[in-house]
Amino acid sequence: MSESDKKKPNRRDFIITATTAAGAVGVGAAAWPLIDQMNPDASVKALASTEVDISGVQSGQSITVLWRGKPVFIKRRTQEEIDSARSVDLKDLKHPEKDEDRAKNPEWLVTLGICTHLGCVPLADKGDYKGWFCPCHGSHYDTSGRIRKGPAPTNLEIPKYEFVDNNTIKIG
Amino acid sequence: MSDHEYAPKSKFGKWFNDRLPLLTLRNHLTDYPTPKNLNYWWTFGAILTFCLVAQIITGIILAMHYVATAGLAFESIEHIMRDVNYGWLIRYFHANGSSMFFLAVYIHIFRSLYYGSHKSPRELIWIIGMIIYFLMMMTAFMGYVLPWGQMSFWAATVITNLFSAVPFFGEGITNWLWGGFAVDSPTLTRFYALHYLFPFLILGLVILHIWALHIPGNNNPVGIDIKQPSKDTVPFHPYIVLKDLFALLIFLLIFAFFVFYSPNLLGHPDNYIEANPLVTPDHIVPEWYLLPFYAILRSIPDKLLGVIVMFASIFVLVILPWLDTSKVRSAIFRPIYKQFYWFLVADVIILGYMGAMPAEGTYLLIARVATAYYFIHFLIILPFLGIKEKTLEVPLSITEPVLGGTSNQTMAKDNLNLRDNL
Repeated sequence: MSESDKKKPNRRDFIITATTAAGAVGVGAAAWPLIDQMNPDASVKALASTEVDISGVQSGQSITVLWRGKPVFIKRRTQEEIDSARSVDLKDLKHPEKDEDRAKNPEWLVTLGICTHLGCVPLADKGDYKGWFCPCHGSHYDTSGRIRKGPAPTNLEIPKYEFVDNNTIKIG
Repeated sequence: MSDHEYAPKSKFGKWFNDRLPLLTLRNHLTDYPTPKNLNYWWTFGAILTFCLVAQIITGIILAMHYVATAGLAFESIEHIMRDVNYGWLIRYFHANGSSMFFLAVYIHIFRSLYYGSHKSPRELIWIIGMIIYFLMMMTAFMGYVLPWGQMSFWAATVITNLFSAVPFFGEGITNWLWGGFAVDSPTLTRFYALHYLFPFLILGLVILHIWALHIPGNNNPVGIDIKQPSKDTVPFHPYIVLKDLFALLIFLLIFAFFVFYSPNLLGHPDNYIEANPLVTPDHIVPEWYLLPFYAILRSIPDKLLGVIVMFASIFVLVILPWLDTSKVRSAIFRPIYKQFYWFLVADVIILGYMGAMPAEGTYLLIARVATAYYFIHFLIILPFLGIKEKTLEVPLSITEPVLGGTSNQTMAKDNLNLRDNL
């Protein structure tokens, strides 16, 4: 035993190692298309942006639109709602984010309508903080879509969006 | 194993068997020595085999009429229910079949726990069984998604989102599982392909499960090693075959009650509403057989930890043969374990009930206590009990207690020898 342990690697050992390594790379390269085919395909990615007409949304109302198969909440907040979102002490937040950073235009809040816990759609104007409430496992969000109570780990996600003009938001 | 040499009688049989020993296999299966004291709890293996075959047959038929595309799936189910000849029967049989399958598998698992069938030398049978159970849960979950109703869609969303708890790679994994940025048509198509595949994986594992069983032979209610064949055994055919068939008939009566008299009792009415990604139903619950795990998931306030604990509750079963340290198998001779066994049964039922209730207030508190007890049972009570418990005297053979003590000396000796050999 001890003799073979001490034995220096010879040419054959080198060839076996090199062959195995080359084989592993080959198998990995061949497996990648089989795995990657499950990722979002070109037609799914092509639906990357959606333009929404928001001219009909009154103060206090919110609409839900579909973007990439996901619901997006567009809420026109009342002054009261904006104030309550902006007056919160960041120390009280589980996922501290300023409302100023979440809503570029304070009147309009645009968030993904997907609970960050397990992906349900929260209900609007419900819950302890008058924002959203997720019926699945009881997460409460405030009027800035920030998690305040319940199992969700983070705030409602803000998608990439911009105001094309006064009446149109482009999401994505 | 004590398979005597088998030789087919006919010339053709011998010619065939020399080339492919199927007749030897058949002979092994019919002559297979089984303990003569097996009770009706031991018939669930055969019942489960029936369930698997029945699900595969009805499933293949449904696949001939079902369309796995988001826009057509829901309609094609209604097409099966209304237009296809006997489509309603086949679909109701398949849908209720999954519930009956799980009912049988839970009885089968709890029978193992009671009589110690998971212990040496049957650990591998148990582990293969647990893999089958896990695959069954995945298959049932993916099958539940196929009708593309509201419950289907949101079950798929919540369960796939479990993987979003994975640090750093969470989003990548969920997008990969979905084939998009939310559950949609690509998700449905791949679930359909896997739902078709998994039952055949289960079938393969069932063959391994039975093969591994036939090496040490069946455990039995007394939980002792027996000599095979001996006065303690009967051949599998006709004794066990007919007993299994009788039990299967009773099982089919219950099965038929659900299929014909209350086919939707175990389902959820919301699944007759087509999937809508914009609206989550007020109260989403998984199928009854997944409720205990759902309760465990929800009882942990942290997302990642909840997912870990839920998977741990299954994994703890896999390592059970090494957690249960008692050398005595059957609970008949373990007075304290017997009580804890029934506590566990009650605990799992409570967990199941809490899984169906909203996760708040008292329900949540009870679910948390029950979750804690579940792990305490396996990780603390079982290892400790194996060392401390004073077990009752175990008979030397199945026949011994019936014949009254030592009157059957030879058999008692046989058993002692066998034990020494093991």
